[in-house]
Amino acid sequence: MRNVSFVRSEMLAEQTPPLTSIGVIGWARENLFNGWFNSILTVISLYIVYSFLSFLIPWVLTPTWKATSLNECREINTALTGHHSGACWGVITERWPQFIFGFYDRSILWRPILVFVLFLATIAPILFERVPRKLFLLGPVFPFLAVWLLWGGSIWSPVFSFLGLVLGYLVWRSLKERVNAVILLLSSIGVPIIWWMFLTEPASGLLAEIIPYEIQILPSRDFGGLLLSLTIGLTAIFCSLPIGIFLALGRQSDLLIVKVLCVWFIEFIRGVPLITLLFVASTLLNIFMPPGTNFDIIMRVVIMVTLFSSAYMAEVVRGGLAGLDSGQYEAANALGFSYWKAQRLIIMPQALKISIPGIVSNFIGVLKDTTLVSVIGLFDPIGLTTVVLADMRWNGVYWELNVFVALCFFVFCFSMSRYSMYLERKLRKEN
Amino acid sequence: MAQHQDFKKPTFELSMLLYDTRYRSTSFQVIALILFFSLIWWLVNNTMSNLAITGKDIDFSFLVHESNYDINQRLLEYDSRSSHGRAAVLGVLNTLVLSAIGCVTATILGVFVGIARLSKNWIVARIMTVHIEIFRNVPLLLWILLIMSMVAHSFPVPKHFRGADPIATMKLFDSVALTNRGFYIPEPLFSNGFGDMGFFSNSFYISIDLIVILAILIGSIWASGKIKARAKRIQEETGIRPTTWYLRLGVIFIPTILLLVYLGFYLGYPELKGFNFKGGIHLRNSLIALWIALSLYTSAFIAEIVRSGILAVSKGQTEAAGALGIKPNVIMALVILPQALKVIVPPLISNYLNLTKNSSLAIAVGYMDLTGTLMGITLNQTGRELETLLLGMSIYLTISLLISAVINWYNRRNDMVER
Repeated sequence: MRNVSFVRSEMLAEQTPPLTSIGVIGWARENLFNGWFNSILTVISLYIVYSFLSFLIPWVLTPTWKATSLNECREINTALTGHHSGACWGVITERWPQFIFGFYDRSILWRPILVFVLFLATIAPILFERVPRKLFLLGPVFPFLAVWLLWGGSIWSPVFSFLGLVLGYLVWRSLKERVNAVILLLSSIGVPIIWWMFLTEPASGLLAEIIPYEIQILPSRDFGGLLLSLTIGLTAIFCSLPIGIFLALGRQSDLLIVKVLCVWFIEFIRGVPLITLLFVASTLLNIFMPPGTNFDIIMRVVIMVTLFSSAYMAEVVRGGLAGLDSGQYEAANALGFSYWKAQRLIIMPQALKISIPGIVSNFIGVLKDTTLVSVIGLFDPIGLTTVVLADMRWNGVYWELNVFVALCFFVFCFSMSRYSMYLERKLRKEN
Repeated sequence: MAQHQDFKKPTFELSMLLYDTRYRSTSFQVIALILFFSLIWWLVNNTMSNLAITGKDIDFSFLVHESNYDINQRLLEYDSRSSHGRAAVLGVLNTLVLSAIGCVTATILGVFVGIARLSKNWIVARIMTVHIEIFRNVPLLLWILLIMSMVAHSFPVPKHFRGADPIATMKLFDSVALTNRGFYIPEPLFSNGFGDMGFFSNSFYISIDLIVILAILIGSIWASGKIKARAKRIQEETGIRPTTWYLRLGVIFIPTILLLVYLGFYLGYPELKGFNFKGGIHLRNSLIALWIALSLYTSAFIAEIVRSGILAVSKGQTEAAGALGIKPNVIMALVILPQALKVIVPPLISNYLNLTKNSSLAIAVGYMDLTGTLMGITLNQTGRELETLLLGMSIYLTISLLISAVINWYNRRNDMVER
């Protein structure tokens, strides 16, 4: 008898999956039309997107880039479509340098551009690993160079200010092995401060008389546009991170008085709107200084924005510190690390890594908040909008200007948030 | 053999202040305190000498002087002969009104966007992502100005409502007029009301009707809570939950409705008289623009909070509840939401705080909040920067600290529940 097997001995040929579950149709069925509720949502969403785009695209795509006044724009749009509801981009063609550089002297625009390029070169090694490490050397030089290039003046004052930094470093290196930590710290901070307070000005003045070399001086009121926003925003961002870290450490500290002072500072700054602090900067800060002091408005604003964002930064870093496993602190203690060494080598690298999203969203917040300076009369991009609207030819082009300014800020803020996501991914992989 | 060594009892030396851990922290703190007080002394000293040079003094008497300016959006009686102090109070009220309505709409919108962003529907999730990115990455001030110009330019002028065949018509059964000067909505009026009650030698009036209605409403909600507690107790004892929803609805609404009927409640509709609308509540377009802008901007942040809160509840919770045979919508209400809320609420309240502080941007569109009155026109008219800014900042600080206290209270309460 033949052996009748119920088990198939050869495989069936593979069949292609049904058309409705692969490709575009399959994707659409799974993501857009699974169930009646989702189908309705999809149809409504498509309608919203369609009506939005059908309004937006004709408005954006108008050939008005060469118009020289609002009326001319309207003529172009009317000739094209029969009604004058398109955008008027002529104002952007005409005014975009102003929105970027403000009233900065047009003949020396290479200076802010060079500063921006140098800035990118300075932060490149921090942002990306592949960039040559030698660019780190640009870091200490950049602030002095940038201030000199932006505001102009004699070359000797930035040179001598920078020498203060070099002096501090030399003192630190020569005393490192010989004296204890406290004296080392005090002397390597104290010597440059004495240098800056008493010697920089006479020395640079003297040299300026012997070898005069100076570039055109630009007053702060000429600063405007994105240049102003970025100057204030980036300075505040880079100063607020270290201050914020120290405030967070102070708030977590066992020293009662230090802790109370830090908590008061943080709660006070976080409790008032930035705009009131800017009012303080514009009207009141000079009253707090010794009589006769009258320092620059941009500097006053930078101080206030820095204080503001450092309080928020402190809270973000405190969140990171709290999120850290307490075993890390105990392990550092068990290994006999001193407080600062433990912070530097064990606690901070991990705490800062946890708080990257918070830190970056704080950076974004600072950059956005710089627009508030328009309320106290500085010409940041929003302040410039009123200047342009005061021009008879462009009276009434709110949308185009606001959309342009919004795009500028969006580019910076969005790229920052994307970079933070990239950083998070990269750091997660390394673990 | 044990070696003995005579230890001298350590005597106090000056260097121990620095090297001995027993004294070091104290000496550091004393140094910090001395530095702090010398900073304060330096600032006060500078301020005093600067004030002496300009011939000013610190004087709050301007608060009772005539203000000579008008506040267009107001909750209390006010005219240009009222005092600066009263203007400041109106400013605070305007700040609080704007923040309150902004928080409500921002929460509703934010929760909707946050949940919709988690939707399995690809296009809905994408739209919500775009919404969040657009509003988070563009400065709030820009949104306020944009929406202000939209509100001011895209609604009809009041005269378009006139005539037999008007260009524009009132919306919602002729009760709401949307004009370029703002929105006119019906106002609640009482034909048989109790009148007003004066406070502080009749400088402030509060409607007694409002107080009575609020009291009755709070009482009804309390009674409804009692009914719920009783239902829960019965459920614990017998395992059967009595149906109480109609009872609770009745307890909440019937007393209030009866009271409204007794007071002769009716709506006062806005009417076009002359060149403008009269009657009803006039919401100026600065208020409308700020409301919309603050709600949209804050909703993007709230949406992210809601999303991360829901994602923070591990998937095992849903699956475990499903394995116990609980229905999906009950899982959401009794398992997911209570856990997500614990993550959501603290940052949510701190976003309310941000919204309140951001409402100070009202000065950019001329809405008279605290920044616009006390720290704006009053400052410019009286030239008293120190006093006005000090007062204004302390008011904002008080509001913020109250809200922080709420967050702390919530966190403490939830920490205790956690096991």
